[in-house]
Amino acid sequence: MSATTADVREEHLSKEEIEQLAHPKRPLKARVGVVLSYVGMALIVLYCIIPFYWMVVSSLRLPTEGQSTEFIPSPVSIDNYKGVFSAQNNFGRSLINSVIVAGTTTILVLLFGIIGAYALARLRFRGKVLVLWLIMACSMFPLVVLLPPLLKMFSSTSPFTWFPYWINTYQSVILPGLSFGLPLAVWTLTAFFKQLPVELEQAAMVDGCTPGVAFRKVILPLAAPGVLTTAIIVFIGAWNEFLLALTFLQDKDIQTATVAISKFTGTTGFDTPYGTIMAAGVVVTVPLLLAVLIFQRRIVAGLTAGGVK
Amino acid sequence: MATATAEPQSLPATEGDGHKHKKNALSDGQGRLAWILLAPTLIIIAVVAGIPVILSFWESLHQTNAGVDPNTGMIAGGDKFVGLQNFTDIFTGANPVTGSYGTIDRFWNAFLNTTFITIVCVLLETVIGVAMALIMAKAFRGRGIVRAGILVPWAIPTIVSALMWKLIFDSSGVMNRILGTQILWLADTGASFWAIVIADTWKTAPFIGLLTLAGLQTIPAEVYEAAKVDGASTWQQFVRITLPMVKPALVVAVLFRTLDTLRMFDLPYGMIGPGKYRVETLSVFAYQEAAQTRYGPAAAYAIILFIYVLLVAFLFVRILGAEVIGDADVQKKKKKKKGDEEPAGPPATALEMAGGAH
Repeated sequence: MSATTADVREEHLSKEEIEQLAHPKRPLKARVGVVLSYVGMALIVLYCIIPFYWMVVSSLRLPTEGQSTEFIPSPVSIDNYKGVFSAQNNFGRSLINSVIVAGTTTILVLLFGIIGAYALARLRFRGKVLVLWLIMACSMFPLVVLLPPLLKMFSSTSPFTWFPYWINTYQSVILPGLSFGLPLAVWTLTAFFKQLPVELEQAAMVDGCTPGVAFRKVILPLAAPGVLTTAIIVFIGAWNEFLLALTFLQDKDIQTATVAISKFTGTTGFDTPYGTIMAAGVVVTVPLLLAVLIFQRRIVAGLTAGGVK
Repeated sequence: MATATAEPQSLPATEGDGHKHKKNALSDGQGRLAWILLAPTLIIIAVVAGIPVILSFWESLHQTNAGVDPNTGMIAGGDKFVGLQNFTDIFTGANPVTGSYGTIDRFWNAFLNTTFITIVCVLLETVIGVAMALIMAKAFRGRGIVRAGILVPWAIPTIVSALMWKLIFDSSGVMNRILGTQILWLADTGASFWAIVIADTWKTAPFIGLLTLAGLQTIPAEVYEAAKVDGASTWQQFVRITLPMVKPALVVAVLFRTLDTLRMFDLPYGMIGPGKYRVETLSVFAYQEAAQTRYGPAAAYAIILFIYVLLVAFLFVRILGAEVIGDADVQKKKKKKKGDEEPAGPPATALEMAGGAH
């Protein structure tokens, strides 16, 4: 009898416990904390989005209302977007130039960066620290240091009269652009390669692969997501590059999109054509935003891979 | 970072990475392979960065011949070697301009602008970024949306964001309407400085937030639980646990941002315009000089900026190294109290921190 009571008691207690576990009492403070964290997150999103919203809104006004401060455009108009691609601005050409420059830079950087990063991630050799320092220093120096000699060189000014005239050519932007793209790619890729277990290659080599084959057949497919992420980060960097393009691409037909936007002029030539500029800004940004939103997890991983162990 | 932190230890023939010595089948006697694989990268870096930097230094020791009028753009006269004159000229005040600091040499004006913009921007970005990271770390749901939102400022090209803020800060623009003011943000006034600061902070504080969040997520929850049991307040938890543990990640983010802000070009150029002395940075100034074919001075200013950047990076490393040693000392004291005899970390962390800068 007494045993049954004990059983019941125990059961009763455990039920209570189950009840408590199922519905943990949230103290008021914690609930306020949750609400506050949602408010905080909303604030962060608004902080990031509102200026961009202003750009989109301003691009959807009538071209004559470029500086209007209404929060919703009325009437909504896509005339600015037509203006962007009009013959006068020739923005389509600039977009193609941007794709060529950023695409070539990305491909070259990946070609050389992948094998370099693999060596840094996996192989042991003397002077590795030196190489790491060198690559880091390279990503540190101001791009403007390159301008005086390169400007002289590319414009065949003495003492570089032997050098071909490279102003207004794609290579004048692509080659110096490698100096910031390559360190970025090597660092990010090294971090990605290090995440893959070395046993993978060892297993492949036990099975008779040479290191080269192990790299191509085992590591590269597995590292594909990391390579893709690096490609996106480098592409965005090259797409957004402004200083080199501004300096070396002076002809309207070869300008990249970022330079073209900065040089838009209004029909009258006095007013800043804000509507057109904002529309062009949206056109330049939206492809990047789509890529970023689709691959956001990977990009965040890529951006933080180098920064956090 | 992972790479570099492991390196200094791996140098004396022992492998970092947690792999035991000689266990890495790939790395035995393959130094030559490593150099072959690295050769393209190193050659490209030497050609597109190394040689131009050396040429730039050479250039900074020259001036275009005085016989040629720089206004006509005729540079057929060639150069003459002037030694360090381009560098010493910044002390003679030969090119006075009136900016926020009274009438001083244009170089020093740009130098001070660069310095103050960097200090103010990085401070603001760090505070806002850390606040963002703390909020995101607390969140249970919706982190994906916030992360997507945070990447928006990062993905927008700087020049586009400069023009976007130019519209917002227009004298008849939306910023003045919201504030109910008539501030001439873009007219090279003191307000232009703050317009730059706001635009830069908007674009890059989320970046610091992202990196800090990644650091926050490595802190185990048990540490906070233990602190709560010991009766630590929220503020104490933040100062004693969160900040020290997130410091490595935060320091890297701040170092990145500092070096980037020192080189700032797109924002002042696109938003306020070239030749506006209140916001002219060293990069803008050097670009202007180069565009006007004064290659010698342009190279000299760029080289000074380069040295400045290196110096700041070095100071970062040294101060952080010092702090690490300082921390170790503090830890020693604490540990003495607790009777723990574990030796503090070696003071040779400077190199690690430097390597960790990426």
